[in-house]
Amino acid sequence: MKYFITHPWPWWFSGIMIAAVMFMLIFNGKQFSFSSNFRTICAAMGLGKKFKFFNYKWKTQIWNLVFLVGAIIGGFVAKTFLSIDRPIKISKTFEKDLANMRMLPPRITDSLMQVEKKKAGLVSLSDNSKTESGRRDINKYEPGTQEMLSAGPILQPDEIFGMEAAMSLKGFSILAIGGLLIGFGSRYAGGCTSGHAISGLSNLQLPSLVAVIGFFIGGLIMIHFIFPFIF
Amino acid sequence: MRLLKYLIFGILFGIIMTKSEAISWYRIQEMFRFRSIHMYGIIGTAVIIGVVGIALIKKFELKDFNNNTITFRKKERKYSRYLLGGTIFGLGWALCGTCPGPILVNIGYGYYSMIIVFVFALIGTFLFAVFKDNLPK
Repeated sequence: MKYFITHPWPWWFSGIMIAAVMFMLIFNGKQFSFSSNFRTICAAMGLGKKFKFFNYKWKTQIWNLVFLVGAIIGGFVAKTFLSIDRPIKISKTFEKDLANMRMLPPRITDSLMQVEKKKAGLVSLSDNSKTESGRRDINKYEPGTQEMLSAGPILQPDEIFGMEAAMSLKGFSILAIGGLLIGFGSRYAGGCTSGHAISGLSNLQLPSLVAVIGFFIGGLIMIHFIFPFIF
Repeated sequence: MRLLKYLIFGILFGIIMTKSEAISWYRIQEMFRFRSIHMYGIIGTAVIIGVVGIALIKKFELKDFNNNTITFRKKERKYSRYLLGGTIFGLGWALCGTCPGPILVNIGYGYYSMIIVFVFALIGTFLFAVFKDNLPK
């Protein structure tokens, strides 16, 4: 049970749980559609006065904003109480892709060994000094280093989401342009992963299938034709 | 108080997205590169259960907790917007490795740089409203 709580869930269990959330919303007369919140927030900021698109009864959507706040809390709870220090495990083939992008894999054998040693009581806690703000530093990757490298499960690459990267012109641009595309695209397509890929496909909606095909056209273009110029 | 249950659903959603690692850039990259079954497994399982569940709801005309018959909105049958909008969304999804839900879950997780993605997603939504009448339907 403890293992189940602290370790990543298998995909089949995660899928069942996401379907459960969708049905809980359905049985409350609501729709599972996360990106609608972006429209609701714009409407709540008073943009409905100038733009018809934001002029609707957004107050009927407050439940979804509450759901959004819950999602933020859920991320905090899962990290703080339901996880152990452990970088995400990725497939071997993807590790090679990362190397081609000149990025480091999230799995660091030395740090994991350190965790194991700590568990076994072989290393005193004071040895277990975390790098500042949990950042991974390429210089500290030499074998045998006593540095504890992971601060909480690593789910995102520092090369993109680390504060230093995000504050550089290139890094900031990646996040800003990505955000624009996500916001614009999800409203143009009338839904995101939750609205189309989960809810729409579950309801056998052909438009949702078209949207999901679009998601993959966009994703494949980005990774195969645009990424080589970025990374 | 009526809204409290949505807070709980949201927390559950955030925990699921984190524990399934669906909020991870690495997992999204693996998906678009066909390197792992993980994301396909998550979405596929959810959809299979969803298809069966929604079919049952329709067949037995089930009612929700407020005693209203559950109905499902049909999506408009205009395809350009789904294909084009979907493609634009996919570009962003792959670039940032996150879709709208996980943006917020990641902020809670402590990846504060996601706030940039969130703010610009709002700006993107606003830009859609500005240009929507000039876009192919």
